[in-house]
Amino acid sequence: MDVILRVTGVNKRFGGLQALSDVGLTIRRGQIYGLIGPNGAGKTTFFNVITGLYTPDSGSFELDGKPYSPTAVHKVAEAGIARTFQNIRLFPDMTALENVMVGRHVRTKATAVGAVLRTPATRAEEAAIRKRSLELLDYVGITRYANFQARTLAYGDQRRLEIARALATDPKLLALDEPAAGMNATEKVGLRELLSNISKDRVTILLIEHDVKLVLGLCDRVTVLDYGKMIAEGTPGDVQRNPAVIEAYLGGSHKDVATKEVA
Amino acid sequence: MASLFPRLRNNPRASFIATLVVAAVLIVLPFGVGVMGNAWVRALSFACLYVMLALGLNIVVGFAGLLDLGYVAFYAVGAYMYALLASPHLTSNFPALAAAFPNGLHSSIWLSIPLGAALAAFFGVVLGAPVLKLRGDYLAIVTLGFGEIIRIFLNNLNAPLNLTNGPQGITLIEPVKVAGINFGKTQHIFGLEVPSVHMYYFLFLALTVIAITVCLRLQNSRLGRAWMAIREDEIAAKAMGINTRNVKLLAFSLGATFGGVAGAMFSAFQGFVSPESFSLMESIIILAMVVLGGIGHIPGVVLGAILLSVFPEVLRHTVVPVQMQLFGKVLVDAEVLRMLLYGLAMVLIMLYRPRGLWPAPEHGVAPADAGKSVGAKPLIA
Repeated sequence: MDVILRVTGVNKRFGGLQALSDVGLTIRRGQIYGLIGPNGAGKTTFFNVITGLYTPDSGSFELDGKPYSPTAVHKVAEAGIARTFQNIRLFPDMTALENVMVGRHVRTKATAVGAVLRTPATRAEEAAIRKRSLELLDYVGITRYANFQARTLAYGDQRRLEIARALATDPKLLALDEPAAGMNATEKVGLRELLSNISKDRVTILLIEHDVKLVLGLCDRVTVLDYGKMIAEGTPGDVQRNPAVIEAYLGGSHKDVATKEVA
Repeated sequence: MASLFPRLRNNPRASFIATLVVAAVLIVLPFGVGVMGNAWVRALSFACLYVMLALGLNIVVGFAGLLDLGYVAFYAVGAYMYALLASPHLTSNFPALAAAFPNGLHSSIWLSIPLGAALAAFFGVVLGAPVLKLRGDYLAIVTLGFGEIIRIFLNNLNAPLNLTNGPQGITLIEPVKVAGINFGKTQHIFGLEVPSVHMYYFLFLALTVIAITVCLRLQNSRLGRAWMAIREDEIAAKAMGINTRNVKLLAFSLGATFGGVAGAMFSAFQGFVSPESFSLMESIIILAMVVLGGIGHIPGVVLGAILLSVFPEVLRHTVVPVQMQLFGKVLVDAEVLRMLLYGLAMVLIMLYRPRGLWPAPEHGVAPADAGKSVGAKPLIA
């Protein structure tokens, strides 16, 4: 399996806080890769760094064998990483279909002149955008809401719509920031099914998640962050047994805490 | 018609008939209104100009969500460009030019209108580039300043080089001439006497139809969606790979182009331009048209522009006679009353129809089976 994303040596400091120190990961094609860690571990910061929202202090980035520099958000999307947001960011007043159609923007090229003159090329492209977007709505299972404004959709459906919009950019890597946040048990089962379908369709997924059960059940490999440092990396089974991970999540034994305080 | 009114989309026959009826009414309108005097036809022509301006501003404010309080600057740029190219001002002030064009410039509109539009578009980019990172109030203040800078330049560029003739403005601007038809003179078409004001009305009407078509096509295009995505959530738009810088600049320059063309037409129609016509108040009124009509919704914007541009004319003709009838003397000047009513209208709109008189239709309010995905609470309001 070849490497789709290789990130090494990422450092990011916010004033006095070292949010990320020497974080890196390697994702292979077709994997579902999990990034977990307790609150404030730096998961979202790392995510924002690889998608270009934050500028890292250092780090090297390689997507599908080619180095990319995450300096401009739109260039990252163009390079092939599509993301969703922890606190859903749809285009609320646009319809679900239009939301997905926006996702096609980066893979299409109609100009203002083409649009005004309605050239055959523009019309064909427009039809293709619409067709592909409807397919994607169907794929995530919300076709019936195609003409509903995004803000009127139920929470779980908004999540699905966000994933459909990200898939519309033909990503090499689909990066999901806590997609299960705020979902109930039924919605989580549905999400899990959707993600494994996407993975079966040969889209690589990077998953940041709070829900350890979901991550361990779904992911092929997992990296655990705590206080901006990588504390473990491996298969879900390995990571689960790793004492450092157990400590980060459950806290060390009282004795350990006492020794630490003395030290 | 069908693209303006989605309800007509499934009924091509009704759409066709509606188009014919509207076209017939618009063509007969000036002759009907003309009975009351040419001032009313002028008012209609100005309504068309304002529709163009409001549509242009709507691209920036309504589609891309960038508040622009200096839009009149582009109107001014277009107007002065046309004025300079179609008046004796330049040749009488610059001997070198007079030597090169001994008969005067007399530029064809095929040159002066595109140049006016292009210059306005250029100024759109000039304004847009430094304000890319600004939003909301900050953007409004900078654009307001830009509008004033242009006006002050026009007011003072009579020395050391007399480019704009300062506050006196530029006079003797030639009327539009297309294919040997002089719009400044009464024409006889099929035995029908068509005065100059009517001619301009038809010209502006044609341009307005073009402007509406362009706006509709832009709205339902890849670019239109990108504008709206930026308006709705700029970070998400970037994450979808939209180059927000270029797309915003395009909004500024395309919006400015509409202003430039409208300005050139204004210049030709009036035969005179001065900085006075391009005050901040003008920007505010164009913005009021967009907001009052229905921001981002083309039929609403057209309605807003027509209402707010014809309304002062109605006041002018009614306020004084009505007061004379009622009180025997004039208590309130039409101009004073106009501002009062504008303010009142804005307050009422904000209270009762905050999305405008004719807002974009809502699509599918709360799916009926939303409850199925349990915990159905839309996260984004």
